[in-house]
Amino acid sequence: MAKNIQSLERAAAMLRLLAGGERRLGLSDIASSLGLAKGTAHGILRTLQHEGFVEQDAASGRYQLGAELLRLGNSYLDVHELRARALVWTDDLARSSGESTHLGVLHQQGVLIVHHVFRPDDSRQVLEVGAMQPLHSTALGKVLSAYDPVAHTEALEAERQSFTPRTVTDPEEFESMLDLTRARGWAADVEETWEGVAAVAAPIHDRRRMPVGAVAVTGAVERVCADGELRPELVAAVRDCARAVSRDLGARRF
Amino acid sequence: MTDAHTTGTHGTGPFIAAIDQGTTSSRCIVFDKDGRIVSVDQKEHEQIFPKPGWVEHDATEIWENVQKVVASAIVKAGITAADVKAIGITNQRETTLLWDKHTGEPVHNALVWQDTRTDALCKELGRNVGQDRFRRETGLPLASYFAGPKVRWLLDNVEGLRERAERGDILFGTMDSWVIWNLTGGTEGGVHVTDVTNASRTLLMNLHRMEWDDKILASMDIPAALLPEIRSSAEVYGNAKGGVLDGVPVASALGDQQAALFGQTCFAEGEAKSTYGTGTFMLMNTGETPVNSYNGLLTTVGYQIGDEKPVYALEGSIAVTGSLVQWMRDQMGLIQSAAEIETLASSVEDNGGAYFVPAFSGLFAPYWRPDARGVIAGLTRYVTKAHIARAVLEATAWQTREISDAMTKDSGVELTALKVDGGMTSNNLLMQTLADFLDAPVVRPMVAETTCLGAAYAAGLAVGFWPDTDALRANWRRAAEWTPRMDADTRDREYKSWLKAVERTMGWLDDEE
Repeated sequence: MAKNIQSLERAAAMLRLLAGGERRLGLSDIASSLGLAKGTAHGILRTLQHEGFVEQDAASGRYQLGAELLRLGNSYLDVHELRARALVWTDDLARSSGESTHLGVLHQQGVLIVHHVFRPDDSRQVLEVGAMQPLHSTALGKVLSAYDPVAHTEALEAERQSFTPRTVTDPEEFESMLDLTRARGWAADVEETWEGVAAVAAPIHDRRRMPVGAVAVTGAVERVCADGELRPELVAAVRDCARAVSRDLGARRF
Repeated sequence: MTDAHTTGTHGTGPFIAAIDQGTTSSRCIVFDKDGRIVSVDQKEHEQIFPKPGWVEHDATEIWENVQKVVASAIVKAGITAADVKAIGITNQRETTLLWDKHTGEPVHNALVWQDTRTDALCKELGRNVGQDRFRRETGLPLASYFAGPKVRWLLDNVEGLRERAERGDILFGTMDSWVIWNLTGGTEGGVHVTDVTNASRTLLMNLHRMEWDDKILASMDIPAALLPEIRSSAEVYGNAKGGVLDGVPVASALGDQQAALFGQTCFAEGEAKSTYGTGTFMLMNTGETPVNSYNGLLTTVGYQIGDEKPVYALEGSIAVTGSLVQWMRDQMGLIQSAAEIETLASSVEDNGGAYFVPAFSGLFAPYWRPDARGVIAGLTRYVTKAHIARAVLEATAWQTREISDAMTKDSGVELTALKVDGGMTSNNLLMQTLADFLDAPVVRPMVAETTCLGAAYAAGLAVGFWPDTDALRANWRRAAEWTPRMDADTRDREYKSWLKAVERTMGWLDDEE
């Protein structure tokens, strides 16, 4: 790159200025410290304010650092917080669907299971928290790949192993599956990872509409599907659950 | 979770409404026949602190809130009184109220269980025998939590109250009695009853006969005219009069911890539940005989269904569990949210040799050493904040192990599995550690609201909504189970280190006063 962008350099200088010394500074202090015309300084400050990096004190008109900067510093949602918020909703999803539910997040090249609710029958089941699932073939993985650009890159760059005859490995076919996922807001896995097993998943968003994880219902294909189609009431229940968790995380209704 | 659930379909009824009159709020939850939540409403009430150590509630505010949450939960469920087969009550235990039976007016704010104003009175009542003066009859030590001494304090300190009480104008009740009396008509024929579990927390009931103990009443100078009739935990006490649930039978009462035991369907001897909140309460079903504790536990009534025999329980409480995580967040600033303790603790393999005994206000069960104070032991240069976070979680697990060991010693019954509920059950590492330290499976049920569910279950049994406890067991669903993974040598070595750390907390205060 030949030349740096001047206004970004100036914005950075302003943020440094506000971060050190006095907590609040007036427009003329900022302008004179940086040797800028007031109008130029004001334009940059207004943009920073719009992005939430700077806040203006209503009473004094002085500027200070904005809350958005703090959020940038620890932007990722703690997965244990996610589990704590999701607990009641995933319990209810398992109860109403009669199947097991999982909560997954992107971790390295796969889906990390951070929460698992047993299928509500008396059968012996093993807690799968901490297990990894593939991104390209599972319902959770597809949802993450469709909504999270990092997951998308991981899924495209990784070797997409064929687990069953139904696993989609071709990149174009995979992309169109993600398009479909984004278009309808949910993803499915019908015997694409495990023979006899089907799953439906939907995305969980945080308060900034960032995709932070996915929730899925998983069960025997003959229970999850009817007449060759995923049972619509199951799809609705998974999406309701994902929305409820998102709401608890502060995401606006969508 | 204040919205009515929208996922899945609920039966068209009928339903059971459970009222949980708790320490910080009153709630009403409507359950369907499968024990699933249909709707919830909740309202907090004021905590009144007139002096250090004193905690009061305005009982009038509480009754108003109860009426509001019931009405709102019924509306949210989209049902009417005709769809509700029974009302169940669960409540904060030991909180004590006296009211005028002609006007329905409380004579004083309710004295909350945490209120310590009766400390000196309890010492005085112990005479030359001490704390255990009434233990054989009541299963309890003389401590400020329990209702009896609070009644005595009110009689001594509210002007003219003793005369009114002796004339029979005053009624005593824990919050179950207050809610039931008001629900069933109050001054217009309200029934004045309490259940065996709540009565077992008064220090006034004989645990073997399930009757008020005349000798203790005389020792505490409490007139019998005040007292409610002691009934089972699951029977129809009367019908609601007025309000949205007019005519619906009021059919259960259980103290909150006992309700959780019931909601967790711990119906067999040796079954236990532990509720992990700020503090932790563990109860074990000991069957039809009250087991005396020589290891610092309480003997209490678990429940009584109708005219069946009462079922007893041993109870152990841990003062500091969730509050230790809050302390790490608020006082130490090592984490930003409670859930983050798991992230921090998971970043290391073990505790790095550090042990944290949070004896912030002394050691409770099974030690009862008020002279103890908190200790972090085993520190070296190697130890990081992540090891301390791990030690924090392990502290909760070891304290549970100590209570469980005490229960086994007292009852001779080995813990086969521990059913858990409460906020901290979302902490996966803690639950695994618990299974490892107890060397027993730890099981989380699918309905987290075990307290309300217990009250609903008891009420449903009383009116035949559910046929028997087996039907309730069939409703119980396992949401998760953690199995022990730690080898015996490691467990024994770690337990020994923990016990050494506990020893180091004792005798910190020179004189307990």
